[in-house]
Amino acid sequence: MSAHAQSRAPAALIERLRTAHRESWSLGDLVGVAAAWAAGLALCAIAAAIVIYMMVQGLQYLSISEMFSHPLPGLDQSQSGGFLDPILGTVVLTILSTLLAAPIGIGIAVWLTEYGKPSGLARAVESGVEVVAGTPSIVLAIFGLLVFQEGFLSFLSYEATDGVAFGRSFFAAAAMMSLIALPLIVGATREAMNGIPRHVREASYALGKDRASTIRRVLLPASRRGIGTGVALGMGRIVGDTAIVFILLGASLRLESQGDIPGLQVLQGTGSTLTTYVYNNSPAGEGGSPDKAYAAAFVLLAIVIVLNFGIDLITRGKGPSWTRA
Amino acid sequence: MDPRLSPPPPVRRIAAGGAPTVAQAPPAATNGHVPNAARAKNPKRLPRTETTPVERMRTEELSIAYGEKLAVNQVSISVGQGEVLALIGPSGCGKTTLLRSLNRLVDLTPTAARGGRILLDGEDVDSFDVTQLRRRVGMLFQQPNPFPMSIFDNVAYGLRERGSKKPSRRELEPAVFEALHRAGLFEEVRDNLDHPALALSGGQQQRLCIARSLAVRPEVLLLDEPCSALDPLSTATIEETIVALRDEVAIVIVTHNLQQAQRVADRVAFMYLGDLIEYGEVDQVFTSPVAERTREYVSGGFG
Amino acid sequence: MAAPGTQPEQDPDRTDRRVELGLGALSAAVLLLISFMIVFVFAKAWPSFAANGLAWFGPGGDIGDQLTAIFNSPADPEDYVYELRAWPLLYATALITGISVLLATVLSVLSAIFIVEFAPGWIASLLQPVVRLLAAVPSVIYGLIGVLVLVPFFGNHLITPEQKESVQYVIQLDGSSILAGVLVLTVMITPIMVAITVDALRSVPRNWMEGAAALGVNRFRALRTVGIRAARPAIVAAAILATARALGEAIMLSMVTGSIAFAPNPLDGLVFFFEPAKTFASEIVDCAEGLSVKPFGETMYAFAAILLISSAFLSFCGWYARRSMRKYTLQAR
Repeated sequence: MSAHAQSRAPAALIERLRTAHRESWSLGDLVGVAAAWAAGLALCAIAAAIVIYMMVQGLQYLSISEMFSHPLPGLDQSQSGGFLDPILGTVVLTILSTLLAAPIGIGIAVWLTEYGKPSGLARAVESGVEVVAGTPSIVLAIFGLLVFQEGFLSFLSYEATDGVAFGRSFFAAAAMMSLIALPLIVGATREAMNGIPRHVREASYALGKDRASTIRRVLLPASRRGIGTGVALGMGRIVGDTAIVFILLGASLRLESQGDIPGLQVLQGTGSTLTTYVYNNSPAGEGGSPDKAYAAAFVLLAIVIVLNFGIDLITRGKGPSWTRA
Repeated sequence: MDPRLSPPPPVRRIAAGGAPTVAQAPPAATNGHVPNAARAKNPKRLPRTETTPVERMRTEELSIAYGEKLAVNQVSISVGQGEVLALIGPSGCGKTTLLRSLNRLVDLTPTAARGGRILLDGEDVDSFDVTQLRRRVGMLFQQPNPFPMSIFDNVAYGLRERGSKKPSRRELEPAVFEALHRAGLFEEVRDNLDHPALALSGGQQQRLCIARSLAVRPEVLLLDEPCSALDPLSTATIEETIVALRDEVAIVIVTHNLQQAQRVADRVAFMYLGDLIEYGEVDQVFTSPVAERTREYVSGGFG
Repeated sequence: MAAPGTQPEQDPDRTDRRVELGLGALSAAVLLLISFMIVFVFAKAWPSFAANGLAWFGPGGDIGDQLTAIFNSPADPEDYVYELRAWPLLYATALITGISVLLATVLSVLSAIFIVEFAPGWIASLLQPVVRLLAAVPSVIYGLIGVLVLVPFFGNHLITPEQKESVQYVIQLDGSSILAGVLVLTVMITPIMVAITVDALRSVPRNWMEGAAALGVNRFRALRTVGIRAARPAIVAAAILATARALGEAIMLSMVTGSIAFAPNPLDGLVFFFEPAKTFASEIVDCAEGLSVKPFGETMYAFAAILLISSAFLSFCGWYARRSMRKYTLQAR
């Protein structure tokens, strides 16, 4: 027999598998398969409905001028202005919280992976981070109120005439928001750093570098992708959270500055973000203008989609290859 | 003299014992003791009780292609109850593909195409449900793959998932025990039937898989290099089990190990690059093969 | 300088020590803050529990009235009012969370089976990013759709006037209801569960699925028995994650389940699902303005303490479940 027969399948010889792949199904199985189809299609339908509905409603009511004008107090919808302040609020809060969360999160992650002694403390820190991850944001919010209403922290918010700290400000909100993002950043950084093979560290030590500079020069840059993912995930959660903002940022629609130091005034003051703006404009809040709520929700959703897309981009790129010869 | 230090027994046939109680051989439980010192005497193989094996499956000009590449080319073999058929050949010769086509497992590969016929008891296998086919033609895989359940649940799996009605444990027990007996595992696990199957050793897991396949009472059993992941002691036990099952179930075994083929098989099919080169009695193929390539292969010229 | 190949610890480099101590101190500080938070919440919550005893969890009276009374406590600490019977909140929280997680688990397992086995290729690859996006949508947007679409729909089209009349002596039915809350909450927690379950099903070793197929079991059965079995740890973990999320959901529920802390009565029949309710979390949100009044704030912290205990309990359940299922998974022997 020659080896030629190996290369091509003579058409005359091969029929495609003729019969359908018939399996025997019991009634219960058929019901199960039908249920699986129903569930899957329902999921698709719900996703489509949400996305399409938000787009339709949002675009209907959104206008560029709204995005760039300040909210005006007013009972009449047509006079209540736009939502520039909430947008600014979202941006400021997200940046501030991330600036707080990222260094702390990375620091904790580095300590846990590279040092981690005494191990009892390391495990306690791990558990602590997990506890925060599982805590509802509303609980973090009122805890924040507790802390920031103490007199000695009044410089971070507003101090009323009788010395009572108001407890609500960008600082307060950002501090608690950073706790929301913290577990995500710690987790992603740890995963990234644990993924770096031992021989990379050993090579650096063999060159005479100590652990600190190894971390700084070799490990952290190599973990950039993981850290980036963690930070982006954290930002996603920050952008979407309402409870902390609602309680810790105060209820003023506009950015109300407090205090005397220019620049920091804003941060000491209250304001709103897109999330509380949506909440307040829905029937659950002051009611009033559902169309503004839709418009703001649309912008919020757009921000979340862009962030998600960014995360996809980060994770899809090829990471550093450790085994290339 | 310590039996462990005796020279390894020469290549020999495993005697098909008269009484089919496989419980006689628990080598995995003993530590390193060479089973059955009588083996070293190289006993003759017992003659088969029937004059001809009953044919169970047959392929007629079977061809299988993956996409453009022809893996099996017009192969016609027959598989009978009362004999063990060994498929041998170098890697890539198509023996595993041929085996997997017998229970239509190749259908799971999207690019596979099949031509020719496969007959089970005279009926074309495409004419009935593939799940029915697979209950009548069981398979054992190279890597033991017990499910993440208890030992009992593993063996009872095929019986439970048969139809709408779930048999109770009491109803299943006789079948499960019998299957474990036939696989030669019962004595070792009788007290641990509810322990996780993954806690067993490799050889025990493979015998559990044999029990699992036997529980649904197949007519044919397909073995895809069942011992290649096991140590020699477990291998010996499984080979004994295979031979003991020979009269009840038609057996096809794919093996890389020529000595194993000589020990266990009654008929041998040698394949090379998709073609069936030689097909005949084991003695004839190994001692006086017809084709040149067979002669090269069995003498270790390539492989 | 350290010789090549020497471990840095043997060479006490000052920078290294300082970095280690610094980072360690940072981690310890964060840990301290977190512990402090827990302790503080419980400390603040204590007066409310102490004043009510076990009756805190019991039924009796109207929560709205009780909270108003607490809010209006006289200024003298001796006369603070703490009386509270939180049963309606407890009941509503357990009910809404329980039903939602149950529905979400069933929905997500079935959807996962669909995606892994039965969906046509283009649907499966489309669903992947869509599911992840759904998991990232802020809860306030779900709440918005819920309150602007679902609630009016229920109020105007689904709840019949007779039903409204039948309970009108007790409660107003306007569409804000348990049903709305459960539906939206289920939709909120399903995507993340689907993602986790799909990953778990996809990583079931092919070995097992082939083994099941070789025994003559059809695709669905094989997935349902062996696949789900192998994916069980992941499904349980996903369910626990979902429960934690559901428990803590405050904003969306406060938009959608009404503003009355009411314990729905199952004896009302079908109307039961249309009755409003409030959970601990949504109650905190609705009462956020009054936190500065001391006894009122302490009552809110009591609610927060309940939530903290529940999340701790859930974490423990997750850890325990992971441990007990380990013996059935593949492990290196």
